[in-house]
Amino acid sequence: MIGVLALQGNFTKHIELLKRLGISSTEVRYPDQFNDIDGLVLPGGESSVISDLIVRNDLLEPIVEFSRVKPILATCAGIILMSKKTNDPRVIPLNIFDIEINRNAYGRQIHSFFDTIQVDLNGTTSSIVASFIRAPKIAKLGNDIEVLATHNGTPVAIRNDRHIGLTFHPELNNETIFHSFLFQMKKKVDTLSAN
Amino acid sequence: MSKKGSFDLKVGLAEMLKGGVIMDVMNVDQAKIAEDAGAVAVMALERIPALIREEGGIARASDPQMIREIQDSVSIPVMAKVRIGHFAEAQILEAMEVDFIDESEVLTPADEHNHIWKHDFKVPFVCGCRNLGEALRRIGEGAAMIRTKGEAGSGNIVEAVRHMRQVKSDIKKLTTMDREEMMAAAKDMGAPFSLVEQVAKIGKLPVPNFAAGGVATPADASLMMQLGSETVFVGSGIFMSDDPGPRAKAIVDAVTYYKDPKKMVEISTDLQTAMKGIEISEIPENERLQERGW
Repeated sequence: MIGVLALQGNFTKHIELLKRLGISSTEVRYPDQFNDIDGLVLPGGESSVISDLIVRNDLLEPIVEFSRVKPILATCAGIILMSKKTNDPRVIPLNIFDIEINRNAYGRQIHSFFDTIQVDLNGTTSSIVASFIRAPKIAKLGNDIEVLATHNGTPVAIRNDRHIGLTFHPELNNETIFHSFLFQMKKKVDTLSAN
Repeated sequence: MSKKGSFDLKVGLAEMLKGGVIMDVMNVDQAKIAEDAGAVAVMALERIPALIREEGGIARASDPQMIREIQDSVSIPVMAKVRIGHFAEAQILEAMEVDFIDESEVLTPADEHNHIWKHDFKVPFVCGCRNLGEALRRIGEGAAMIRTKGEAGSGNIVEAVRHMRQVKSDIKKLTTMDREEMMAAAKDMGAPFSLVEQVAKIGKLPVPNFAAGGVATPADASLMMQLGSETVFVGSGIFMSDDPGPRAKAIVDAVTYYKDPKKMVEISTDLQTAMKGIEISEIPENERLQERGW
């Protein structure tokens, strides 16, 4: 079962996409739900709002604990939350990705855009359409970060072992490669724990 | 080549606002209270609807200086209202790079026959509706988000409920229709056929559907979410109450935990007095804001 953090944002779109891939998922709002899921999606939305709701509802520790063994796919607001440094006191970093990131770094909504990018994932290169909505920009890459895609020289898709972080929204263009990857990672973790 | 201003990108931002609360604010202090409480966006306007109702006069788009100050003070999206049909006010707001424009019946209409042709703009628009026909006309003109009109500034949820239920029931009817019936429905509703056909197929609006007009308590927010709203606008309900900060926070929590009555007890406890509100029958028909636009 894949959990989708459902505090605020477009979590329903991720659930629809997972359903289309035949992967069952559930909305996550409570700490005890982390025992029942094997993968997590941190969706887009307003990072300051989601961060606040994470802290207010005692979800910070459970997410960090979860990330130590199980895979997370984070898009837009999600990757901001997972970073080490957010450069904004309104967003408490979960410190899962060793990166520094700046919120809303391309400007206001009028500067939101979509573009085709090349993604290198597990030895396969795919060309996908990525929507950047008031998107963040990765300012600094730290340890153990593999860059999967760039846009105009800036990393926009990264991987740290089982976790993936994206500054754009694959779900808005029905791009499924990252959700499929999350499911593969979940299976890999299952196999490891079975052994 | 990267592309900006497309309809999908406009709807994309509306998608990101889901499960959140958009709050009306009149100055920087209120904008900060709203952001601290967890507002997903703020709507900058000079007078909240309840005050417009009290004070009367022509309600226009806000002073650019006031909007700019709010833009500089918060990190969340900033929206602002224009009068129905007033595309010049909208051009000014677009040049200021507001994140969303509300072509709103709360302000005094500038054009009694035509709404703005919203496809001409790169900034997304939200518009109010009372039924599916009105929603589809606005989407046809380019609105990327729809909200119920409700009765702004009334503190009374009854009209928002009526409008949300009406839209839902209109959609339900469409999904059972043959194509021949759909054309007749399009004619009766005064809605573009292509959108009627699309709604019949997907069983929902093609853009996010939010609630507005009369939300005053966390329970009001929960009610609207359970009726199918994807986010809640709170206009006068926060800053006309005795406890704006805690109430704003409580409504934010209510939109996340609306399906959990036990949590709703916790959320609704210890709040002070909500805005007083008005019985709709006490508002003369020609003063009902929902009657503006078509």
